[in-house]
Amino acid sequence: MTVDLPHAVAMRGISKRFGTVVASDRVDFTLRSGEIHALLGENGAGKTTLMRILYGLYQADEGQIYMNGLPVTIHSPKDAIRHGIGMVSQHFALVAPHTVTENVILGMSPGLRLDLRQAHEAVRAAAAEFGIQVDPEATVRDLSVGQRQRVEILKALYRNARVLVLDEPTAVLLPQEVEQLFSSLRSFKEKGFSVVFISHKLHEVMAITDHVTVLRAGRVAGEVPTRDTNPNELARMMVGRSTIGTTRKPAKEPQSLPALVLEGITALGNKGLPALKEISLSVQAGEILGLAGVSGNGQTELAEVLAGIRQVTQGRVLVCDQDVTNATPQRMMAAGVGRIPEDTRANVVGQMTVAQNMVLETLDQFSQKGTLDRQAIRRYAETLIQDYQIKASPDDRVRTLSGGNLQKVVLARVLTQKPRVLVVAQPTRGLDVAATEYVRSKLLEQRGEGAAILLISEDLDEILQLSDRIAVLYEGKIMGVRTAHGASPHELGLLMAGVQKG
Amino acid sequence: MRLQVERNPAPVWFGVLIPLISILLTFLLTSGFVLAYGANPLQAVYYFLIDPLSSPVRLIEVLVKTTPLLLTGVAVAFAFSGGYWNIGAEGQLYMGATAATAIGLQMQGTTAWLALPLVIVSGILAGMAWATVPALMKVWLKIDEVVTTLLLNYVAIFLVSAILNGPWRDPISQWPQSPEIAASAIFPRLIPRSRLHLGFILAILVVIGVWYVLSRTSFGLKMKAVGFNMEAARFSGIHVERTLLTVALISGGIAGLAGASEVAGIHFHLIDAISPGYGYTGIIIATLGALNPIGVVLAAVFIGLIDTGAQTVSRALGVPIYLGDVLQATLLLVTLGMLLLQGYRINVRPRAAAPAE
Repeated sequence: MTVDLPHAVAMRGISKRFGTVVASDRVDFTLRSGEIHALLGENGAGKTTLMRILYGLYQADEGQIYMNGLPVTIHSPKDAIRHGIGMVSQHFALVAPHTVTENVILGMSPGLRLDLRQAHEAVRAAAAEFGIQVDPEATVRDLSVGQRQRVEILKALYRNARVLVLDEPTAVLLPQEVEQLFSSLRSFKEKGFSVVFISHKLHEVMAITDHVTVLRAGRVAGEVPTRDTNPNELARMMVGRSTIGTTRKPAKEPQSLPALVLEGITALGNKGLPALKEISLSVQAGEILGLAGVSGNGQTELAEVLAGIRQVTQGRVLVCDQDVTNATPQRMMAAGVGRIPEDTRANVVGQMTVAQNMVLETLDQFSQKGTLDRQAIRRYAETLIQDYQIKASPDDRVRTLSGGNLQKVVLARVLTQKPRVLVVAQPTRGLDVAATEYVRSKLLEQRGEGAAILLISEDLDEILQLSDRIAVLYEGKIMGVRTAHGASPHELGLLMAGVQKG
Repeated sequence: MRLQVERNPAPVWFGVLIPLISILLTFLLTSGFVLAYGANPLQAVYYFLIDPLSSPVRLIEVLVKTTPLLLTGVAVAFAFSGGYWNIGAEGQLYMGATAATAIGLQMQGTTAWLALPLVIVSGILAGMAWATVPALMKVWLKIDEVVTTLLLNYVAIFLVSAILNGPWRDPISQWPQSPEIAASAIFPRLIPRSRLHLGFILAILVVIGVWYVLSRTSFGLKMKAVGFNMEAARFSGIHVERTLLTVALISGGIAGLAGASEVAGIHFHLIDAISPGYGYTGIIIATLGALNPIGVVLAAVFIGLIDTGAQTVSRALGVPIYLGDVLQATLLLVTLGMLLLQGYRINVRPRAAAPAE
């Protein structure tokens, strides 16, 4: 394969496997000199893996990296820095009690003696040269997140980086800080630097970048100049096109009783900013309502509200006419809400056994006067393992299970309680085909038995295949609700990109 | 050449060798010190480890030493299992001892049937009370209990000092020690002419109780879930704060009982040095015993043994008591190191084997 000279970085045929998971599958990535290039994709699409390979944190199993047309080997971040690559990850590597200067020159000062005054001047000059506003003598601990990010960028540039990789740089920033970052990036571009901008926020990609490479499930889903594309097309590339010809029984007669009702729900995210803004939805018994959207638009927070682990600041949650606003997980479950969490591994106790995890939510049913009925727990676990075809024994520690078997444990735990409302978040993320099919068939089975199901998923195929109605979430708001028959992937893509039809 | 460390638990038979290797290493590391004092290192090992086991009288003395260690060890193991890092067993023990003394002093002329339960309960309650403050700070204000429980130890120790140098100073001897508690409040001896007392039975009962709670009750399962993964426990509907509070109070109560047991079983009055760090040793015992009550029993007996041995060594060989402390500390460090390292394997790889081209 020929590689043009002006390419600052060319990665060719990069593959990386972690165990059986393919994180990168023959990925080609080209970064031209003096451009800002977006690397776009869902969580787990392989963006960070690819850049970690470039920065020497991972070694590719296959493939070759070229810089300025010449093949290079990068075995460590040290190699990467020598080749002029700098990376700013989401988690800053700064020494908080030290000054900006000390952080910038850390590991680079020649000799034993350190002339701090001279170092301050050097850092100040570098900051001025690159137009980065930061005080070299400030202590990092006192800096805001945005300022710390600037220190990280300065650190990379001070080490003569010509290629700058920014891993979701705006995720931690306030809107005005984003503007400042963007103007810095534009000035780098004018100076001939190349920037890789990892993101899953479409409007930022449209605003700042020259080219976009979209990754999906470890593969390149497309590479386009930014000016030739639009958010809708990018959204579709990220989540994939809908498959045609899925078979699914039509919904039963819609039952009159809405089992789950959200009335004007507003809630804050972990950073204290509103993550959900006046969300109103209702889900009928025997219906699957799919909630589509690009990740990070409030899905996680909504699932947590319904799981009873996140408070709302406004609005009401009703389950079968019972008010469960800000109820505890116990009360949610008692009201008939079954919860399949987004991150299953984080929401089971890995060090405990399959049997113990299966009964953890319903211990009262398995104990008399506080003493566990160990026989009953064992029998129960064995029954569920058989019913749900889980490849594990009751005494296996849950953390040793594969993703598919783990999801089945959680499904078994929830579905055995015959929930009237099911809140399911990303139920098939990371699962293989067989496990995915199994989980989906179980959800349809529950729908057939009259459960009201809220299916939160970033996989548009999944939403289209399973849902009776589809709602789209964008920046914490419901952009619209469509029936599954009337919804086209095109229109959903627009809604997911925040474009409301007039 | 390149050294690579990977997680790889050693085979089971290796576990049997750990004590032997530890003793051998300790012997090698410390024989220089022993020689410097003009004593025979082999004799030191004999008095340190074999002599305490050589006669029933000495064996019983090991169990006397083990009694407070069983209690503080199981108190810490219980707290750690529930994800509550109680470093404050020492202070809780001091408060238990103080309360037990206060009640014991009031029991003149009562029967043991009244005095003993009151002494025991007062020790437990005082330990609980001392544990309450950091526990509430943890669940209400999210203040790290490691710091607060640790700092309260010093408060407790100085408080006892203040009481002993003030209101409770012995009126006759003027020593900073309380008057002796009532005869009815003194724990009965289990074996005549030995120091083994009721506290040992209480400690065994507490260990069995803790084992039962941890392995057989729904509360035990809930608290372990909190200890392993607090967020998953919360998601599963477990009341995390209430669980942490309960765990902290029970742990404090057990440590308080250790204090009451030392006063009523060994000293009969409150003294400054009621505990030579039993609360801190409890942390070592809990860790050595892998937070498992049965492991705690083994670890407590082990520490009780080398505690007794350290005293024997210095007495028999005429070396300073500190040399016994050196032996004890070395053996402990070596054993802890061995237990930690057995989970890893060191591979030696030639450097040349580069990854794929």
